[in-house]
Parts: sequence; C-alpha cells; structure tokens
Amino acid sequence: MEKYAEQIHRCFRCGWCKFTSDYSDLNCPPYRRFRFETYSTAGRLWLVRAWLNGEIGWSERLGEILYTCTACRNCVEQCPMGFASDIVDWIVGARSDMVEKGRIPPRVARFFEAVYGYGNPLKLLRSDRAAWADGTKMYAPGDEYLLYVGCLGSYDENAQKMAKSLVDVFNAAGVSFGILGNDEECCGNEVYMLGEMGLFQTLVEKNNQKFKELGVKKIVTVCPHGYNVMKNRYPALGGSFEVYHYTQLLNDLIKKNKVKPSRNKAKVTYQDPCFLGRYNKIYDEPRQILRSIPGVELVEMEKNRADAFCCGGGSGNFVMDLLAGGEESPARIRVREAYETGVSILAVACPSCLTMFTDAVKTEDLDGKLAVKDISQIVKESLPAKKR
Amino acid sequence: MGEVYETLVQIVGKNYVSNHQEERYFYARDPGLMAPHEPDYVVMPKTTEEVQKIIRLANDTKTPVVPKGAGLALTGLVIPLKGGIVVDMKRMDRIVEVNEGARYVIVEGGVTHGVLKAYLQKHYPHLRHSVPESPPISTVVGNVVIHGQGRLTQQYGFHSDMVSGLEVVLPTGEICKIGSCSVSPYWFSKGPPMPDLSGLFLGWLGTTGIITKMSLKLYPQKKLKDVEVFVTDREDLVPDIVFKITHTEMIEDMGIWSQPRPRMFADNYHLNIFFTGDTEEELEFRRKMVWHALQEYIDSKDGGFMQLPPEMKPTFLDNPQKSMSAFADLRKGGGFEYSGPIIPMELYPSFARKAQELGNKYRVVQNASGRVIQQGHCMMFSFAFTFNRANSEEMERCRKALHEAAEFGLEKGAVLWKPTLYEQKMMLRRMDQNTINLMKKIKQLLDPNGIMNPGNWEVE
Repeated sequence: MEKYAEQIHRCFRCGWCKFTSDYSDLNCPPYRRFRFETYSTAGRLWLVRAWLNGEIGWSERLGEILYTCTACRNCVEQCPMGFASDIVDWIVGARSDMVEKGRIPPRVARFFEAVYGYGNPLKLLRSDRAAWADGTKMYAPGDEYLLYVGCLGSYDENAQKMAKSLVDVFNAAGVSFGILGNDEECCGNEVYMLGEMGLFQTLVEKNNQKFKELGVKKIVTVCPHGYNVMKNRYPALGGSFEVYHYTQLLNDLIKKNKVKPSRNKAKVTYQDPCFLGRYNKIYDEPRQILRSIPGVELVEMEKNRADAFCCGGGSGNFVMDLLAGGEESPARIRVREAYETGVSILAVACPSCLTMFTDAVKTEDLDGKLAVKDISQIVKESLPAKKR
Repeated sequence: MGEVYETLVQIVGKNYVSNHQEERYFYARDPGLMAPHEPDYVVMPKTTEEVQKIIRLANDTKTPVVPKGAGLALTGLVIPLKGGIVVDMKRMDRIVEVNEGARYVIVEGGVTHGVLKAYLQKHYPHLRHSVPESPPISTVVGNVVIHGQGRLTQQYGFHSDMVSGLEVVLPTGEICKIGSCSVSPYWFSKGPPMPDLSGLFLGWLGTTGIITKMSLKLYPQKKLKDVEVFVTDREDLVPDIVFKITHTEMIEDMGIWSQPRPRMFADNYHLNIFFTGDTEEELEFRRKMVWHALQEYIDSKDGGFMQLPPEMKPTFLDNPQKSMSAFADLRKGGGFEYSGPIIPMELYPSFARKAQELGNKYRVVQNASGRVIQQGHCMMFSFAFTFNRANSEEMERCRKALHEAAEFGLEKGAVLWKPTLYEQKMMLRRMDQNTINLMKKIKQLLDPNGIMNPGNWEVE
C-alpha cells in the first residue's frame, strides 16, 4: 500500500474491470451507478495520479469519486494485469493519503468521528451496544467461541434480527459461546478500507488486547467484514486466534447433525457478500446450508460467486451511502435481479447486504413480493419449534 | 458557457452532464501518446432524440462535439482537440433487435462488444458477430467507425463491411436512416441496391455525424474451435504461406506475430491459424487441408507446427484476448500504442524487419503483428510499442518510433489505420487532390458549422 504512488500509473484503463467474467453486464458498482468513466477503477486511479502530480486539485467530487468505490474486488477479479491483486490496496493507499492531508468528504469524516467517539459508525451509545442481546451469555474464559457481533448486528434493527437468530440457532445446537456485550468495539474493517490507519491500528490493538485478556482462541463473526479484517489484518498486529464466519460454523453443525433443519418450502436466491466471496473465497458453505434445508430450492442469480454484484454497502457505504439516489444504485439493481429469478426470498450472509437490500426492496416497491433474510434467519425458521 | 451547461442539463438531466475538473481531466486524454486537450462538458445521452438536441445546441452555439465510445483506439481520436462537448455514448446500450433468419442485430450507439457477445451466446447460441481483440468495453459502433477488424475479418472483411444499416444524427441535427431501413422495416442492407450512403459516416472518425443505431451482420457460430501455430524463421516466406493457407478457404482467422521477448519467440514468425467446425470430422478435414498446403515448408525445414499444450489453447482461443491488454504492462507502466498500416501481404517481410529495427533503434519493447483481411486482400500490420507512463523519456522514444513507422508505412505503400492527427495529415499530403476536394465538399455539405470532432480529417 505504501508504494501505491509509484505503481498507480500502471493502469492502462482497458476497462476489463468493469465487467463480469463473461462480459454480460457491468459489475463495478460506482461505474454502474454514475456511468462517467471517472467513477470506474481506471478513472479513480488516473485521477489520483493527477492529484498526486498536481495536475488537478482536491475537490469534494474527487473525494467522493474515490470513496464511492465499495472495495468489492470485482476489478481485482477481472483485471488482466500483473498488478491486479494490488488495486484495492492502491485505492486504500490513496484514501490514506487524503486522510493524512485532511482532505476527505464530510460523510467520510463523520464516519471516522462516530467510530472514534462511539466505537461504531452509527453514532449510537456504547452502552446500548448489547441492547439487542436480551440474556445472551457473555463470553467467559473456557467458552469455545467468542461470537463477534459487529456494529450493524448490534445496532441496526434488521441486522439485530440476524444476530438474534444466530444466537438462537447456536444455543439450539449447544454451541459453547459468548459475546462481549457493551465491551465490543468496531472491528475496523471499514476504517481500514476508508484509509484511517491510525484509528484502525488503535481499534485492532484494543480488540487484540481484549481477546488476549479473555483467552479467546476462536472467534466466529456475524459479519463478513469483521471476518475479513480479523482473518487477514489482525494477525500482523498481534492477533492470535482462529476466526470463522458463522456460515462456516453453521454448515459444520449441520453436517454433524447438531442442527437439523426441517421442511421449509421456499424458492431462494443467494447474494455472495464481497468480503466472504471475492475476498476469502467462501462460496460453498452458505449454499450448502441452504441446500440442506428440505424444501428450499436455491436459484442462482446470473451474476453469482466471483461475479456477484455488490450491494453497494462496502467501504462504509452502508452508512455513508454515497451510491444512493436513483434506480441505478447497486442495491436497487441487485434486488431487481433477485426478483427476476422468480424467488420469494433473497438470502444474505452479511448485515450490510441485509440492511442495503431491505431498504432497496421498499424503494423498488417489492414489499410482500421479495423478502430479504439472513441465512441464520432461514435456518432458525426451519428448526422444529422446540429447538428455536 | 453557463447557458450551454444549463441546456445540456435540461436535455439529459443533471446526473449525466459534467463540467467538473475530474471529467474534463479524464476525457481529455486516451491511453495512448497523444497530447491531452480538455472538453468543456461531458454529456451522456440515453436516446437518439437527446443526441439530436445536443447536436442542435452545438450548432446554435458553434460548440465542437466529439462522440466517444470506449476511447480505446489509442490514437487520440476522441480527444476534444478544440474543446466543446464530449458525448459519451455508453448509456445508449440497448440491443434493439435480432433478426435471426436474416442474421443481423440492431444495436444502439453505446453497446459494447462484450455485452453483445454475451447476449448472443445466451439468446442465439448459433449466431455470432466478429469480436475484435480490443477489450470488451469497446463499443460496436466505435470500432466500426474506425474500420475495425476482428475474429471474422479474414472471412468477411473489415467490420465496416459487416454493417447492414445505420441511424445517424447528422451534424445539422436531422435523424437519418441509411440503407434498407430507410424504406423498409428491415435492416439487412447498408445500401445495395440503392446508393450506399454509409460511406459518408464509416471511417470519418465522427466528423460527419453521430451513429445512434447500427445494424451489424451476424454469422454462424460453429460448435467447435481450434488453433494451430505455424512457425517459420523466414519472414520472406510469410506472404507465400498466407497465400497458400487462404487458398484452402478452410480457416476462420489468421494472425501473424513476432516479438523479441521472451527469448524463445525471438527471430521467429508465428502464424496463429484458427479453425471452426460443427463436427470433429469437419475440423479435422480443415486441419488436414492446411497441413497439406504447408507440407513443402515442413519438408524444406523452413517451418513447422508448434506443439501447443492443451492448457495453452484456451488462451489463444480467447476472443477478446486479455493478453492483448496485458501487453501494456510489460514495462510495468500502463502504456502501449501502435501504428497500424494496412498493407498488401507482399509488404509483410519489410514491415516485420522494420519493427525489429525500430525496437532496437529507439530501445523500446516492440511487438509486430498482423491480421489477414478477407483471404489476404490485405493485412492490418501493427508496429506496437509498450512504454512506462511514468517515464516521459521512454514515451518520447515511443512517439519517435511510431512516427518513423508511419512514415515508413506510407513510403512503402500502406494506408494508415485509425490514424492519429499527424498520421491523417501525412496521408492528406499524399492523397490525390481531387479526392481531398471531394472529402472537403462532403464535409462542408454535412457539417457547415464544422462542429463535429474538429481537427480530424480536416482539409486545409
């Protein structure tokens, strides 16, 4: 990331990054939303270079162009160049530069202020973080897993349902786990992606210290964003634990017959979250869970797995929502695509996707026609009544 | 200028007009080596009627207009040399109609080759169009307007030869149909049996109007594909080899390439020969016909077929080819440009030698390649040079190499494909004066205010 300024000129602006792997559709969320070349990966990289070279000055629009990138990694999948895997690092590097220079859009600044002051980007009280938990056991040394709920799971009304369902399913399966409650703090994934490296380091060090003090050996996350940062960034800053996304653990529980879903007749499609799929190649487990439920018919959207279209919530946009405002906003496009498959349920495995799509379903007037549910909710509904 | 902006907003909506520094910066340049020049506005219309209103506004205010597809010609053809309005066509992205029986498709002006290819694969798997090797974001219309070429060019000619109808917004604002669609609901012919007016727009680089719809011929999509690579170390034999292969009428496409790196490729000339067929028997028959045609070169040890490992074949068969774009990063620098002389086959040896000479002389990484056009009537040769965008001195050497390549090409009898501004001027200096006068008359008639992509094909 540090060397992005010396590498960024390598983008040829060939545009492969805009597409799915079969070129059937545009798959870069901000380019799809705004359509100016400037909002594509190439546009962003060329503009950043121009800014670094002094050919253009900073402007709020330049900042927004940089921050509308959801870091979904579609460009990384499609770019034909040898540097493909570095592209998101370059974006993050440029954001980090802007943060250091104090030149960021107001919505980004508010995001950082909220995390700094409240431990979450939603600017809600730390003392309310576990208000959803309602008797959920606190983590204690000896518990097998720490359930890391994350900011959305703790505060967002829809994502709270997701967290509650997961707790119920884990309890029904006899999983040994606990939560941190009000002691939990932002995981830092979005803070990292948005380029606030000082705040990120502080968050990680605090969390790592907490995990160490409690003797945490295994963490299971509700959110793919938290999973990603704990798996790929925490170890370099002293983290020493195993980390799983809940779909991995849940799939394992089903395979071991510790969770036995009963019949739940439904046609379902599934949204691959970027931080689970493209970032960490977890494509099969969520699908295996859905297919394990008798009566569930899984119908794929045309763009799936590494070609999945991002919900538009990545890089803090589930709060900042820089891609909102029109029928070409990514979440609205994606719920239309889900609805076109003829399903009644759009299954997700990420609280960001859940909240983005829940809003989009309302805007698209699909209420009552397409339900957005987390996989944990679908599994919970499939459990025999006494097990729920 | 505020009035122009406000009117553009009224036409397409404020989300699709920009006069911000960011869009002016990006749309001022392409990935090649031409100097940038900023537009005053970038606008993205959705309909033909919106394009018409933009053109009328431009006439009223004498504002230059530059239509733009993906801007991947690399030769600066969409750089707004005199400012004005860049019309980014990519929101006009509807595939309007496929006539399966007559094998044509009507697309709007911003449909990309990638989307069209995927659409046909899904909905009409027995039909295909000629896909260029440029990235899939390149637009069908943009590619045709520069007389592009692709995987079916060896069989059917330049992509402009595959056009079967146009809808054009003229520089004075009229919406005009060209070809059979001007008298019939069918878009099967761009002219015959009537006067072929498509030539007023094809090859003019957007200086005579904006193509808002285009009908393009489709061709049978065969079930099987294969590729063989024939290698010779004698460039002087290449024209004869091509002649013998094309005589068989057995192949789909043929590309010829040479490059000094990696070392295993140096001093050899590679002919990628593509085959298609509906059965293995058909494919094998085609291969055998070509093998027989080349037997004499194998016997004389002047050439032979390269053993391609099966895992390498998909890379060769890809269309478009990602590896073409990856050439831009050979110098870890995000740049390449090529001069593309169209030449008779007999000139290939001297051009291949010249490419090597230029690479050595200017110390630049070069690739010389060519695609056979319509059974060998001619070929598109490419002097391609890659450069590091962060190294201005290397970029200058590439510019000089390209300039010398263009001069050499014209001297030898080539015509330059998608010419840069200076290559256009070089050709105009050599062009028959009556031809120049005719071009001038046509341009003045169609574009009396000189608003369309000014600077290009400008006769002084």
